[in-house]
Amino acid sequence: MAEVATLKTPAETALADLFARSKSLLPGDARSREDAFHRFAEKGLPHRRVEEWKYTDLRALMREIAPLAEKPSEAGVARALSVESVFAAAEPATIAFVDGHLATADAMPAGVTAVPLAVALAQGHPLLSKLGAVSDAEGNAAYALNAAFMTDGVVLHVTGAVDRRVALRFVTAGAQPVATATRVLVVVEPGAAISLLETHESPHGVAHQPNSVVEFVVGDRAKVAHVRLNANGDKALALSTLTAHLGGEVAFGSRNVVAGSAVSRHQVWMTFAGADSRGAVRGATMLSGDQHADTTLVVNHKATGCESRELFKHAIDGRGTGVFQGRINVARGAQKTDGQMMSAAVLLSEEGTMNNKPELEIFADDVQCAHGATCGELDDDLLFYLMARGLPRPEAEALLIESFLGEAVEEGLDDEVVGEALMGVVEAWLAARG
Amino acid sequence: MPAVQETIDRVKAIDVDQYKYGFETILEVDKAPKGLSEDIIRFISAKKGEPSWMLDWRLDAYKRWQTMKEPNWARGSYDVIDYNDIYYYAAPKLNAAPKSLDEVDPEILKAYEKLGIPLREQEVLAGVEPANRVAVDAVFDSVSVATTFKKELAEAGVIFCSISEAIREHPELVRKYLGTVVPVTDNFFATLNAAVFTDGTFVYVPKGVRCPMELSTYFRINEKNTGQFERTLIIADEGSYVSYLEGCTAPQRDENQLHAAVVELIALDDAEIKYSTVQNWYPGDANGKGGIYNFVTKRGDCRGKNSIITWTQVETGSAITWKYPSCILRGDGSRGEFYSIAVSNGMQQVDSGTKMIHLGKNTTSRIISKGISAGRSENTYRGLVSAHRKASGARNFTNCDSLLIGDQCGAHTVPYIESKNASAVFEHEATTSKISEDQLFYCMQRGLDEEEATALIVNGFVKDVIQKLPMEFAVEAQKLIAISLEGSVG
Repeated sequence: MAEVATLKTPAETALADLFARSKSLLPGDARSREDAFHRFAEKGLPHRRVEEWKYTDLRALMREIAPLAEKPSEAGVARALSVESVFAAAEPATIAFVDGHLATADAMPAGVTAVPLAVALAQGHPLLSKLGAVSDAEGNAAYALNAAFMTDGVVLHVTGAVDRRVALRFVTAGAQPVATATRVLVVVEPGAAISLLETHESPHGVAHQPNSVVEFVVGDRAKVAHVRLNANGDKALALSTLTAHLGGEVAFGSRNVVAGSAVSRHQVWMTFAGADSRGAVRGATMLSGDQHADTTLVVNHKATGCESRELFKHAIDGRGTGVFQGRINVARGAQKTDGQMMSAAVLLSEEGTMNNKPELEIFADDVQCAHGATCGELDDDLLFYLMARGLPRPEAEALLIESFLGEAVEEGLDDEVVGEALMGVVEAWLAARG
Repeated sequence: MPAVQETIDRVKAIDVDQYKYGFETILEVDKAPKGLSEDIIRFISAKKGEPSWMLDWRLDAYKRWQTMKEPNWARGSYDVIDYNDIYYYAAPKLNAAPKSLDEVDPEILKAYEKLGIPLREQEVLAGVEPANRVAVDAVFDSVSVATTFKKELAEAGVIFCSISEAIREHPELVRKYLGTVVPVTDNFFATLNAAVFTDGTFVYVPKGVRCPMELSTYFRINEKNTGQFERTLIIADEGSYVSYLEGCTAPQRDENQLHAAVVELIALDDAEIKYSTVQNWYPGDANGKGGIYNFVTKRGDCRGKNSIITWTQVETGSAITWKYPSCILRGDGSRGEFYSIAVSNGMQQVDSGTKMIHLGKNTTSRIISKGISAGRSENTYRGLVSAHRKASGARNFTNCDSLLIGDQCGAHTVPYIESKNASAVFEHEATTSKISEDQLFYCMQRGLDEEEATALIVNGFVKDVIQKLPMEFAVEAQKLIAISLEGSVG
């Protein structure tokens, strides 16, 4: 095990031990897991001197390594899923995972088939060749750890226009911290369409360590609407990655709402590989206490005539720290690209922190790219306006924060039920703020 | 949309093969042996007749430098620099201390004449309004060869001399301020500079004095295989004002030469420093052969309340530029400004920007950066705006635009915006389409169509930057003024 020699910190050594113990028990080919772990081990846990992790020092934040979660008992599953899902009103066909293992699955609607990842890995399912379609993510520590440890998940094959929403529900339960590694592969065939909801939940007070990866491979003219909610407990350390490989004339949308976790990092790699596609990525993050949330986004324009829109909002209370790192890459030859990236943050307390890094990297001359970043407190004039009309200050503030976040939460969603469910999460956060 | 023809033509006019200052002056030169060692540092220090504290300072820096690693985070690639293959000291053979220009080698005077730099006071006076007079410190390779208008400046109480002279004549001021803005171990190149700096300019403007003329330093690298390591220290005491200009050129050569300067500005209560640069080092040929590596550290400290530091730069030269003129806004109510136009052609690599560090209350900063890349060049804006916990009421506005000409170049923007204070308001935007809708509406109300209105506002904006340049440099920068940023990509 040459790779272990390069690891230094106790946490890194613990990860290496954990991998050595678990690799033979995990489904599928051990070789590719070893390769993935090797990629992680070469550099170890990223720290603040690693540019991509400058604001989220994983080496400092991840000192304890939780053991891999075991498959839960039936009673455990029932307990974990007894709470109604946030998206219940949307009546989706749901596949639920408890502690990183497939627990229950509704029948899939027409146009989509689901194969459990553990099964797909064990059988060498042909669609698995599409894993890692966005190769830029490969060297990333969180992605590599997921590839080394992935236990279960699902392969969704979308072949037609699916008329019922599909939900993936990930619950990490139990009173002892555990680590989970789940992987979802969504292959959308040309012309197909799907609306996918994804939730991550865990109890307060337990430092669970979920690491999830969702990969989209989207064929020409296909449509994807993806909504993700991080509702993990207040001690969780949640790493997540989304990759999207888009063909031509695709309409792709993904939004992420962060309402939980002590530390979270959501990474997005969106690659335009075919011409004339549209991709929109949005995110809303609500922080209080000592929470830390990082959104890191890389948009790769590799084809002509594509349009990308990125909008991220942070509301930061208490001693919370928000991080947004976004980069639009326009490759040589990706002419007529239209990319726009906006990050806005509102600091609601004296002790909050916001770090913004909106980058552009452009190698084509006939393109339009813009980025904006703002940071400040709630507008005094607007507050005064509302208070002059009789609203008490807390309500006036709540109204302003709600409309501020709303732009990233529900606007452009084209799904009222889901939008309302997400705004419900925002309202609950505002109510807890008091 | 792509760049308009007019812009393309103007950028072409300053392409790398149009470099006008590539001539070489043949001189008898006094050189230290090649390479870097304690002995070389002792040699430089002795040549300068420095006191022992200065030598100790240099040796300490050298020791620390040996433990440091060359940075590699910037965008740019270059062959490994062999620090032992450089002459660290090269000076034209002068009379011990030239008392007047008559004692300076006529070849040097010719060189400056060719560069259009006035070293004779009477020439400066002829036909020019007194208000536009400029005092010049001319640095040739490792030494300052002449400083003009010293007497008149001295009458106003302004000290304007080479830094070597200041170390000898005004040690108390140098010791008090040197290295307080850019610490010895700030970064690899600044530490190297601290060990081996050979000359540079020193300015001290006393309390309440408005410097009676523009001050300027003109840096010229002439000798082969040399590095230029100059150090500039400008102190504006309470309530004073000074405007300082810096220009630089080098001969056309196949080899790369290193220029690693350190500039420190200190503005005390209510003082203002305006620092302008037209950087025109030899950029290398069209295939990227030769050219100057311009790795400099420039930083201003708004130490006093309500102090102001303004950096204005027009960057057209150098094979590689790493340069981030910054402001530490320490004093309450202080203000930092950064105006930059960077044009890259050929195989040039520009990585430039600024840092605005808001520490004091009600501090404000403004960043306006325009990058234009053509040929096969890479042009990067890299900047940091940060507000610390106590910087309540801090405000920043940043606007950076870039324009590409052709499809073989690259433009990049890497801004860092870090806020730890709720009442700090930061706005960053990058694109010309972000013109204020109010202004656009106003112009269109008066009959202009949208394009005309946009052009009017954008041009007004660029002029804003150029107006920050003192007159003398505005002339040199004129070609750039008219460059339209139509077709900016953000």
